[in-house]
Amino acid sequence: MADLINTVYGLPVIGLIVQFVGYSIAVLPDIAPIIFGAAVPIAFAAMCGVMCERSGVVNIGIEGTMLVAAFVGWAAGIFLVPLVGSDPGPVFGASPALVIALVLAILSGVVVSALHAWLSISVRADQIISGTIINIAAFGITGYLNTLLAKSSPTGAGAFTDFVPPDWLIGLPVIGWIFETFLAQGPLAISLVAVVVVFQVFLFRSRWGLRTRSVGEHPRAAETVGIDVIRLRYRNVLLGGGLAAMGGAYLSMEATASFQQGMTAGRGFIGLAAMIVGRWSPLGGFGAALLFASSVGLSQSIRIAPPSGDLGRLLAGLPGQFFDALPYLVTIVVLAGVVGRSIPPAADGQPYEREAAS
Amino acid sequence: MSSVRRVWNLISLPLISIVLSVVVGSIVIIASEWLVTNELKPGLAFAAYAALVQGGVGNFNSIVNTLVNTVPLLLGGLSVGLAFKAGLFNIGAQGQFLIGALGAVIVGVELRDAPGVIAMPVSLLAGMLAGAAWGFIPGFLKATSGAHEVVTTIMLNFVAIATLAWAVSGPLDVEGSPSPITLAVGNASLPIILGRNGHLGLVYAPLMALAYGWLLFRTTRGFEIRTAGANPDAARYAGMSPRRIIVGTMMGAGLLAGMAGATELLGVTRHMTASYGTTVGFDAIAVALLGRTSPIGIVLAALLFGAMRSGASAMQIQAGVPAELVGVLQATILFFLVASPVIRRVFRLKGAKSGLEDAGTFTKTYSGEAAIR
Repeated sequence: MADLINTVYGLPVIGLIVQFVGYSIAVLPDIAPIIFGAAVPIAFAAMCGVMCERSGVVNIGIEGTMLVAAFVGWAAGIFLVPLVGSDPGPVFGASPALVIALVLAILSGVVVSALHAWLSISVRADQIISGTIINIAAFGITGYLNTLLAKSSPTGAGAFTDFVPPDWLIGLPVIGWIFETFLAQGPLAISLVAVVVVFQVFLFRSRWGLRTRSVGEHPRAAETVGIDVIRLRYRNVLLGGGLAAMGGAYLSMEATASFQQGMTAGRGFIGLAAMIVGRWSPLGGFGAALLFASSVGLSQSIRIAPPSGDLGRLLAGLPGQFFDALPYLVTIVVLAGVVGRSIPPAADGQPYEREAAS
Repeated sequence: MSSVRRVWNLISLPLISIVLSVVVGSIVIIASEWLVTNELKPGLAFAAYAALVQGGVGNFNSIVNTLVNTVPLLLGGLSVGLAFKAGLFNIGAQGQFLIGALGAVIVGVELRDAPGVIAMPVSLLAGMLAGAAWGFIPGFLKATSGAHEVVTTIMLNFVAIATLAWAVSGPLDVEGSPSPITLAVGNASLPIILGRNGHLGLVYAPLMALAYGWLLFRTTRGFEIRTAGANPDAARYAGMSPRRIIVGTMMGAGLLAGMAGATELLGVTRHMTASYGTTVGFDAIAVALLGRTSPIGIVLAALLFGAMRSGASAMQIQAGVPAELVGVLQATILFFLVASPVIRRVFRLKGAKSGLEDAGTFTKTYSGEAAIR
């Protein structure tokens, strides 16, 4: 048996893979919160994607929606601190300024997505161009306002603090472990879990979910049974904007307490890839987001605590920038491997035109 | 239809979009100033635009500067426009630009002491080929697996940034320099032919616009590209190979964006730092859309945005309005272009064309169903 293991281990590639898997499992408990945190904005973006595309609207502008929300959350805090104060509350360190700023951030996401909804549903513009314009506009306006605000080096409202699970909760079987490992996080990260579960149930078990799916598959048929296609699409895109905004707000109000130009760094697009890999279901999108995020967590842990043996030597030879690029490379590879086999809603991206009343 | 009418139909929507975006820009300037300083200064918008125009076309130097800024926008706009014509959305111009600049700096530093007549064209060609190779990847992925180029090119932009940072801080770094930086490209630099900084790109970039028009409207390959963009099924039925067209067009788009990067590097910066970045990718999309993917339109749109770029710093210094305002103006122009059905109704322009009509195929191929039979 030992000989066999040595033989297998001697095969370089298999040996490296075995080492890698072993190392990943060994460090997993330590990096689970990092992975989960990295997955939060990606997963929120994926939820927005599912929400829009299940009702037949392609939303490439998720990235821009998140960027605007991240900016508004941070900037609103600056204006709100002198008005309502920033004394941290009992849970999550939530000061009044932070809470109002979060609400404003989510509203800003709804407003931005309303623009996309208007262009793609009412004006019936090409939805990919419309989304791209949202992204360009978001980058421009946040950059402009950020430069203007940063002149006076303002102090913001800070960030939400992580939830510290009380002892009685950690003592519970399974639930305690889940909270200790994953959910010692801020309010937005925790609410992601609730959003995923509720969204999954509602999409496949509720009247709204059935209507959404039917509008995404065959809007004409849906209209004939009395569903208002236009209204439903508007509502879903606006809701999706709110979800994307939560992902953006996470970046500037929970993961950090500041805003940087372009801080979403492609997460909106990775979220779209997660949506495709997760086959347009909330649970699947969440899982895929965790997969993409794990490349972030692993590359961090490899830098801090490199594995031993051949694998360690191999990874030590790789430049740090390789790990920066890893999430994007993983996204490309997984997307190219999965996309043909993952079937989108049939009416995805097609503008709906009501037949003229006779 | 009179020819005046025909020209008006072509330019009315872009013109109205530009005018409306100037109005929106003024509101943004005044409102944001009021928000930050609590002072209402309506004159600030005029001061900002005056500084913008003055800085863009005020004197000989600023005009040359505008032309220099126009070159990468023009080449990038052609890159995005070419992909548009084939029904492809090249958001990856940024990555192709960076990889093109990287290719040019690698070869340029190598050939820095060689005679300029050899070093300069070889370095430029290296950048173009590097860009084409970077464009090949999303084209190949789309043709074989159906992965949409919008997602893959964005991901490749980030990979390009990391690749460049690695190359400059690793193999290309000058030993003993405090922060990562490459050597200057020496003899491989583009010669200055006009004013202080007008480099050779001012000559060949417009020629590329001519070549673009010739390729699209005077060759069989161009006809295939336009057919595949307008109606992929018809192209397939006529015996063309959409796969080959997709890969070829993306490589062509990469070539042009890579040329933009190589030109900027060999003509303007002449060396590279690890934080070498660009906004040409997004700007190029705006140029291609505003120029309605026609060669002359792209030239005019690139000139407009080039002037805005070179006026932006003057605006920031003289009026205290952040240079990023240019990005806001750009985005609002695009917004009004896309909302053209509404603009057409409001301004009663029945015959006006938005130029986005032939760009209606992106969303159709979005979900990979064109994983191409």
